[in-house]
Amino acid sequence: MSSDATFHTNSRAIAWIDHRLPIFSFVHEHLVAYPAPRNLNYMWNFGALAGISLVIMIATGIFLAMHYVATPDKAFDSVEHIMREVQYGWLIRYIHMNMASFFFIVVYIHIFRGLYYGSYKPPREVLWLLGIVILLLMMASAFIGYTLPWGQMSYWGATVITNLFSAIPLVGDELVVWLRGGFSIGAPTLSRFFALHYLLPFIIVGVVVLHIWALHRFGSNNPLGIDAKGPQDKVPFHPYYTIKDMFGLGVFLTIFAAVVFFAPNYLGHPDNYVPADQLTTPSHIVPEWYFLPFYAILRSIPDKLLGVVAMFGSIVVLAALPWLDRSPVRSTRYRPMHKWFFALLVVDVLVLGWIGAKPPEGIYLVIGRLATLYYFLHFLVVLPLLGKFETPKPRPQSIAEPVLKGGGGPAAAPAKPMEKA
Amino acid sequence: MKKILSAASVALLAAVGAPAQAAESDAIGDHEFGFEGVFGTIDRAAAQRGLQVFNEVCAQCHSLEQVAFRTLSDLGYTEEQVEGIAAQYEVTDGPNDQGEMYERTAEAKDYFPSPFENDKAASSIYGAVPPDLSVITQARPKGPDYLYALLTGYEEAPEDFDLPQGAYYNTAFPGHAIKMPKPMSDGEVEYQDGTEATVAQMAHDVTVFLHWAAEPHMEERKRMGIGVVLFLLVFTGVLYATKRKIWRDLH
Repeated sequence: MSSDATFHTNSRAIAWIDHRLPIFSFVHEHLVAYPAPRNLNYMWNFGALAGISLVIMIATGIFLAMHYVATPDKAFDSVEHIMREVQYGWLIRYIHMNMASFFFIVVYIHIFRGLYYGSYKPPREVLWLLGIVILLLMMASAFIGYTLPWGQMSYWGATVITNLFSAIPLVGDELVVWLRGGFSIGAPTLSRFFALHYLLPFIIVGVVVLHIWALHRFGSNNPLGIDAKGPQDKVPFHPYYTIKDMFGLGVFLTIFAAVVFFAPNYLGHPDNYVPADQLTTPSHIVPEWYFLPFYAILRSIPDKLLGVVAMFGSIVVLAALPWLDRSPVRSTRYRPMHKWFFALLVVDVLVLGWIGAKPPEGIYLVIGRLATLYYFLHFLVVLPLLGKFETPKPRPQSIAEPVLKGGGGPAAAPAKPMEKA
Repeated sequence: MKKILSAASVALLAAVGAPAQAAESDAIGDHEFGFEGVFGTIDRAAAQRGLQVFNEVCAQCHSLEQVAFRTLSDLGYTEEQVEGIAAQYEVTDGPNDQGEMYERTAEAKDYFPSPFENDKAASSIYGAVPPDLSVITQARPKGPDYLYALLTGYEEAPEDFDLPQGAYYNTAFPGHAIKMPKPMSDGEVEYQDGTEATVAQMAHDVTVFLHWAAEPHMEERKRMGIGVVLFLLVFTGVLYATKRKIWRDLH
């Protein structure tokens, strides 16, 4: 709690540089002294984990790009070359392909944390919107990256997804040809996908900077969802949250290492070890697991155009969330009804993921449609109505009060009535 | 909340396995291989016998184009033995100074050559292209079990089964009508180490060999993994203790 908000140094060289380029002050302000609510729980680890995942993806990706060849007749072989001949190539590739999955796990938990604790509510709407932009960029990068190994699922997944754009009226068919650089997925598609797959992560880095910038404008939300009232509610980021994030990273990397070293192909599809073949369609074309809920929404709607609209709508609706959820209370801890609807949404998304892996027929289609219906009802109907009809439970006066138990003790400043919520 | 999310992520992970693993499974049993599990390794003797089966049987039709002869030293062969194995194959090289391609005996640096000039040549004979076997155990759901079940799964077609022309009945193959003729019968090869060459034995051995071929660094991966996971467990414990110490004055 004693860290000073301003940067001090005994080194004259560092002081000299910092006077001209205040980079040390900047780091001190945002990573060391940055005041964070003292009551953040482990759900708040996932933002930092997402950032680290991104760095690991870029680092391993650059090494893969040094050995990968983006042409249809060489792509599959070059990946096998990496697996067999390149020094520790197998390790780099297994890390890259599994971290893609773990990145999504982390980001999905991060998003659901935001949903539960109302982190999208004023004044953090722009922070939330930037997060949605990151999610979209991640999905684009992941889809494009999955094409690069040029296996059967790469090829046919790319065919199915690019084909979605043909649903757009009037320009759809031309758009698909333009996207692919030809009438089917081929050499031009692969080389442009590789170029974009190298580019997009750096754009994500840029948006992440904006995301953190917006975060540091008002500081982190917290499990109580109430604003910090004064210094007694906050602690400096370092050492409190640096060590907490380090511990979370340790747990994360342990689980990650167990998968990379002992089940590296568990999250993948065997068909992607079959070289792409234009003449043979796999019996089931399924996307990577992290797209399954969206795939289920797409297929639950009989009309192609409306299906595509619904799939993209499922993310657009997230962007509209700050204006759909009218409840002034952020944290679901104090929202007795939202608690249940939130749990239902979690189950609903898991069901969508399960349905996305099943053929769209019989009972699966019915379940998929019901789950899709609830997904949209939740955001478009339930949340607006809850804001009107739900009676929130009383919230504590300040963050320090429940943390320090018994009214915050003598050190706590008298809590003012909350200006908002 | 924490519970909901951790349960959710576990369920998600579990659901994820389903699509990858599902599909044809009824006839595919759980055959026991020495390379399974965290400590599993490639049985060198079985892999060497499997290479013999591959050389004498599979290689008539199937390529193994990602595998270089030199990497066979992983299986315990000496340099001379590797040269000897390579010498069983001919590869196309060139062009020479006259601008012509020529055949020469394969060397350790070469990769297993394809038995056919191209895919069309293969399919004109069999009506299907024999797949390359380099990563075959990774390219099928439950790969090793599938491969073993396939090689031991040739049977007379049931009365009511409509077997297409040029196809053979196989219990493990999806749809049961496979274009590959029954590749081996008991005693198909004469094992150098004297092991009796039953179909089950050969199927087991060649699966071990092909599983090595699919991922030559598997043993290294697991060995490194044990060290990495143990280190991370200890290190994470230290981090947790440090975290407790730093936060103590706050609670």
